[in-house]
Amino acid sequence: MSSRFCKLSILAAASLTLASFSAHADEVQIAVAANFTAPMKAIAALFEQDTGHKVTASFGATGGLYTQIKNGAPFDVFLAADDSTPIKLEKEGAIIPGSRFTYAIGTLVLWSATEGYLDGQGEVLKQGKFAHLAIANPKTAPYGTAAIQTLTRLGLLENVQDKFVQGENITQTYQFISTGNAKLGFVALSQVYKDGKITSGSAWIVPGELYESIRQDAVLLSRGGSNPAAKALVDYLKGQKAAAVIQSYGYGL
Amino acid sequence: MEASSLSAIWLTLKLASLVTALLLLVGTPIAWWLSRTSSRWRGVIGAVVALPLVLPPTVLGFYLLLLMGPHGPVGQLTHALGWGVLPFSFTGLVIASVFYSLPFVVQPIQNAFEAIGERPLEVAASLRASPWDAFFSIALPLARPGFVTAAILGFAHTVGEFGVVLMIGGNIPGKTQVLSVQIYNHVEAMEYQEAHILAAGMVIFSFLVLLALYGRRQYKGWSR
Repeated sequence: MSSRFCKLSILAAASLTLASFSAHADEVQIAVAANFTAPMKAIAALFEQDTGHKVTASFGATGGLYTQIKNGAPFDVFLAADDSTPIKLEKEGAIIPGSRFTYAIGTLVLWSATEGYLDGQGEVLKQGKFAHLAIANPKTAPYGTAAIQTLTRLGLLENVQDKFVQGENITQTYQFISTGNAKLGFVALSQVYKDGKITSGSAWIVPGELYESIRQDAVLLSRGGSNPAAKALVDYLKGQKAAAVIQSYGYGL
Repeated sequence: MEASSLSAIWLTLKLASLVTALLLLVGTPIAWWLSRTSSRWRGVIGAVVALPLVLPPTVLGFYLLLLMGPHGPVGQLTHALGWGVLPFSFTGLVIASVFYSLPFVVQPIQNAFEAIGERPLEVAASLRASPWDAFFSIALPLARPGFVTAAILGFAHTVGEFGVVLMIGGNIPGKTQVLSVQIYNHVEAMEYQEAHILAAGMVIFSFLVLLALYGRRQYKGWSR
């Protein structure tokens, strides 16, 4: 009991310290690629707890967020689903120089909401006995591009092309599959994976050699340069706690 | 212009024409009933018809996705009938658009019917015209401006539909990839040039439609 009391009092002291910090708390507005929604929410909660800063996150497709950023959207930090968009922003001078870094490496998964439908090998793809195969729009979403690369390397693109239904981003693609409207589809592992296992339905984790690695880069945008909370969040994303969360969702580092 | 853009324009026109025709067929009896009835259901039906005016298209799209999906009641019905499920199909878009644009067609027709009043139909009845005859010979011709307004608005509103299509369409070229979605795709893909061509075309089209509507001499407002 006494050790518990001791822990409680440490906690109380810690939260008092935090409370005094939060007198200087700032708000950081971030734009986040849709596939990173769940881990970002978890990281933001930890970050807010640890620093007292407040995180306001907008989730969406990387291309759409880019357009918003270029047109004056008030974001301090941008977590993209690829590395080419952050590189583009870097070249255009829209970020704090040198702030670009890879925060996660994405994993592609073929997923179905139906238990036992996918055998862990992707054989179902070859048989082609399904009406719709959901993918994210390959022109705008990196996981969509990776899906096309995978199908091309498997030599199946021609066979399944006319069964494609495209989600505007990876979240919508997931929605098409989870509602059963598409029997299966390619999504981000992070959407269907937690702590070492697939959370529902069945899945085939696509081997990394079938698609170019999905390096997800983050940048500190010009606007965030003068915001201490934005810098703190970028550092936090590189830290141990964030890494643990990121890996628990099936991302590589 | 890209082939995919041309195909999106063609698909959009096809969708809007078909939906407008269906809406005139479905909307006219509803509008007639709403304009004549004293039933206590009048308020309820009127409110249901007007719902898409108020609801965000995403609400409609989300529920249609669930209802028409394989686990939804409508989806199970269409599956049992051998039609498959409706999301990601042109038929699905037509059905969704009929719901979505319903008030834009029903309300102008209903207003036109109401404006006729009881008198001309009573006169027709006293001259031994059957109710059907009176409807086709008196009510329909008198309500013509209402029908024109309804057709223009129904067509234009379907052309401009975006949220519902995005939710249930699946972005399939030639089947569900309509103009508004295509513009969105171009912007997302940073293909601003293509986006501009289509978006500017859309602005001009919408202006011309509204000009046709408001420029008519006998225009009296479509929703009083």
